[in-house]
Amino acid sequence: MTINWDLVWGSLGPILTGAITGTIPVALASFGLGLLLALLVALMRLSRNPALSAIARMYISVIRGTPLLVQLFVIFYGLPSIGITISPWPSAIIAFSLNVGGYAAEVIRAAILSVPKGQWEAGHTIGMSRRQSLVRIILPQAARVSVPPLSNTFISLVKDTSLASLILVTELFRQAQQVAAFSQEFMLLYLEAAVVYWTICLVLASGQSVLEKRLDRYVAH
Amino acid sequence: MSPTESNLPDAAALLTVRGLRKAFGRHEVLKSIDMDVRRGEVVTLIGPSGSGKTTVLRCLNGLEVPDGGIVEFASDLTVDFSLPVPKKQLSAMRDRSAMVFQHYNLFPHKTALENVIEGPVQVQKRPKAEAIEEARELLARVGLADKEASYPFELSGGQQQRVGIVRALALRPQLLLFDEPTSALDPELVGDVLSVIKELADEGWTMVVVTHELAFAREVADEVIFMADGVVVERGHPDTVLRDPREERTRQFVDRLLNPF
Repeated sequence: MTINWDLVWGSLGPILTGAITGTIPVALASFGLGLLLALLVALMRLSRNPALSAIARMYISVIRGTPLLVQLFVIFYGLPSIGITISPWPSAIIAFSLNVGGYAAEVIRAAILSVPKGQWEAGHTIGMSRRQSLVRIILPQAARVSVPPLSNTFISLVKDTSLASLILVTELFRQAQQVAAFSQEFMLLYLEAAVVYWTICLVLASGQSVLEKRLDRYVAH
Repeated sequence: MSPTESNLPDAAALLTVRGLRKAFGRHEVLKSIDMDVRRGEVVTLIGPSGSGKTTVLRCLNGLEVPDGGIVEFASDLTVDFSLPVPKKQLSAMRDRSAMVFQHYNLFPHKTALENVIEGPVQVQKRPKAEAIEEARELLARVGLADKEASYPFELSGGQQQRVGIVRALALRPQLLLFDEPTSALDPELVGDVLSVIKELADEGWTMVVVTHELAFAREVADEVIFMADGVVVERGHPDTVLRDPREERTRQFVDRLLNPF
């Protein structure tokens, strides 16, 4: 098999455009929104209110117990039949955010629980409300613990955004598919897409180590 | 200091506790504890583990909510735990005292200085510059002037506990609560921390100290309370309780601490 380098360079344009205008913004937006949702769900799950905790548990169970592709299809292809039509981009961001929200909620919950009870008590004794202790004392410490697992979530998300190609979002993989269909060079184009995903994830992984080092500055080594 | 103070039967009373009760599930940890602490007084609580002495402190600081009893601060705050207590009243009670923990419980993600100013700045909303200045003075007084930028993991146990004490002082509470402040320390570091506490006592700080350090209790305390199984077995001047106790249980406990072998 000879490699058609002209095609490789020629297709890099549309593929990178797909990455920059599709994959990366969808992943960033979904991760941001998903984290906010996850924090909320984690706090509900930890709440002493049994109703809140049950709702959170249910949500996590549904998100983790159903395939992401099914969630995506329900939102994009399913909702129109009950009169709710959402265009591809927002559909993708909603589905991915909900998905991140479910997985990251458990990460955040575990990270909050990993902070010793004495930290809540120290916050209490200096006069803080539970909310103040949470924001100023507990979450900064939980953040450190949750960076590695949340990085996993983020990296998975970047790759999962390729599913958005199936609901017509012009992202990295959809661009690759289109060039492949046109040129009939499937192996080449799909490997090229794989390399671009891998590169994005390498950048994220190095970002993770920078962040870990920063947050580790107050821990004994 | 309130002007009505002189009308009280005991002008110097800072804290009055009556019938304090607390149970965890079916286990009664405190069965009606009475306690009086006057301004400037040092009260030490001693007793075997599980006697409830730490729970007394935790109830006073609102870390546990008692099931019954009355806690009264000076003449202006009375909390009756036999009734449902509004949150506001609980925080008001909590704000009268500050706790120094056995395991220090410093905030690991904050420097020594940041640990100290967190309460004054974030909770009491005092100007940051003023809080920093005061924190520096306090840190210098406990011999940590050069450690303000250190994170807790960079400090020894004794240094961490001194930061813990300064963090409590910076809140300007009426009452300091020490929960076995030296129990987690290496023996050679105990002295530094105890001498800081003694200095504070000499300066007139009011404090309740849970401790196993009988020598400290004998030298610093105005009153020693011996607790066992959730009740006060004996109380009085340290010379009496620690040298010549009336109760057999007190004698046994003191003997065992003084002669472990």
